[in-house]
Amino acid sequence: MDLIANHGRRVSVEELNTSKLLAHASRQAKERKFEDVMIVDVDAHHYENEHFGEILPYMDNEVFKQLALASRAKGGRGSVAPSVFGFQDIGGRVTRYPLRDSEQAGKGYQRDIEIGHRWMDAMGVDYSCLFPTGMLNIGSHPQVEMEYELTWAYNRWVTEKVIPESNGRFFTMLGLPMSDPEGALKQVETFGDRKGVRGFMITAVRPNLPVHDNRLMKVYRAIEERGLALSFHSGFNWTDKQFQSCNRFIAAHALGFSWYNILHCTNWVVNGMGERFPKLPVIWIEAGLAWVPFVMQRIDHEYMLRPSECPLLKKKPSDYMRDMYYSTQPMEIQDMGALEDTFRMINAETQLMYASDYPHWDFDLPSTIWDLPFVTEKARHNILGGNAARVLGLPPRNEAQKKNLERFGNLKA
Amino acid sequence: MAEQFVAKASEFQNGDRQIIRVGEDEIGIFKHEGKYYAYSNFCLHQGGPACEGLTIAGVKEKLRDDKTSVGLYFDENSMHFVCPWHGYEYDMFSGEQVADRRLKLKKYNVVQKGDEVYVVA
Repeated sequence: MDLIANHGRRVSVEELNTSKLLAHASRQAKERKFEDVMIVDVDAHHYENEHFGEILPYMDNEVFKQLALASRAKGGRGSVAPSVFGFQDIGGRVTRYPLRDSEQAGKGYQRDIEIGHRWMDAMGVDYSCLFPTGMLNIGSHPQVEMEYELTWAYNRWVTEKVIPESNGRFFTMLGLPMSDPEGALKQVETFGDRKGVRGFMITAVRPNLPVHDNRLMKVYRAIEERGLALSFHSGFNWTDKQFQSCNRFIAAHALGFSWYNILHCTNWVVNGMGERFPKLPVIWIEAGLAWVPFVMQRIDHEYMLRPSECPLLKKKPSDYMRDMYYSTQPMEIQDMGALEDTFRMINAETQLMYASDYPHWDFDLPSTIWDLPFVTEKARHNILGGNAARVLGLPPRNEAQKKNLERFGNLKA
Repeated sequence: MAEQFVAKASEFQNGDRQIIRVGEDEIGIFKHEGKYYAYSNFCLHQGGPACEGLTIAGVKEKLRDDKTSVGLYFDENSMHFVCPWHGYEYDMFSGEQVADRRLKLKKYNVVQKGDEVYVVA
């Protein structure tokens, strides 16, 4: 395969084979004996837009289904879901983007399962929470009805096709149509008990969503009653007003992923959602970790001056934040001292969950956690999989993993 | 240290690279404008195959005297190779990570004997 470099110069590289590309990850997993450690990746992705031909027929409303199917019939030029533009592949430097189509694998959703298992096996990952990619921006859809229909169709497809055939290794936290609280509730009630559903997800690229809106309380209650988790999966949208001055992708991407979780986490905390739903595990995903100490300090500071605006709180905002969970990726590891402080501030040993974000450009391997110089053995095991096993009810896959889960108090399934 | 055969010089074209295994190590050997460069194939970031990705000139930004920007351009005097996992970018001539030149890949000597290219490892 040829990639395009400067001035159209062609550079030959091998066609994509995920197992081969990640051969060094396999070596790391073997060297660290990851087979004995239950590793749960709470954030991995597939490209569901490659399967809209399979997904759209699951839409419920015949009018919107016809609109979507007809749009795709235009030689594939039509777009049914909002998308964001960007340069994740860094001009082809991250080769799995341009080479993606060259990988030999099955067809349809089977392809996603097969390729998914390749990266999981290479990294030593036992379970992955499979999230979509393009549909992380579903909150930008101007039509509430279409937002509902597309999430409904994806949620049916992924729970009826992809998850059941993944040998139990993929699980999901399904996206909800948050612009339609009644519709979101219906989807929790419909899909909440399906196999492999460990929670529901709010696509965080929703700058106008008040997560504390009274109309959403029934949705959170329904998730909590089922013993499931609620996650906020962040993202970026370069065209959002606050990022329109950014002339480089790096700025829109770095700020965007942090910003949307900062926004929703702040509203979640100051409105006392932790008091309203104390048994609801809340997981903040793909915003990295550096934003958390900032928000903790900032809100605690103002809370001491303005408690009258947060009358539901019975402790400091940062205490509620320490009750919640955070996914690791993309873990800012440039200043080890700052990272160590972050781990201390969020009680990482019990609240942090490993995430790869594979196959996206800034993925993290399990070794990023395992090799940290300041974490205890217990913290290593907990972060890589024990915390997720305990909170999401995932079972070990072998005896050694079972012993390790028992040893650190994480064996729940 | 021993000389490890890499390739026939006559078959090793400019712009190509070879990856060889020496015990547990992997070495990437590039041929760029008639010269050979060899580095460890383990990226300093997360251990990716540093030498197996795109080769591309470095990007620079030109400023006028008044500090306004003229724009971005490829520096044709440079050449980088890029780890395909995350885009860690290395200087072909030195093995330095271009965002932080304190970080350097292990460099190997390359020798040509007749039509045969060897790396010393």
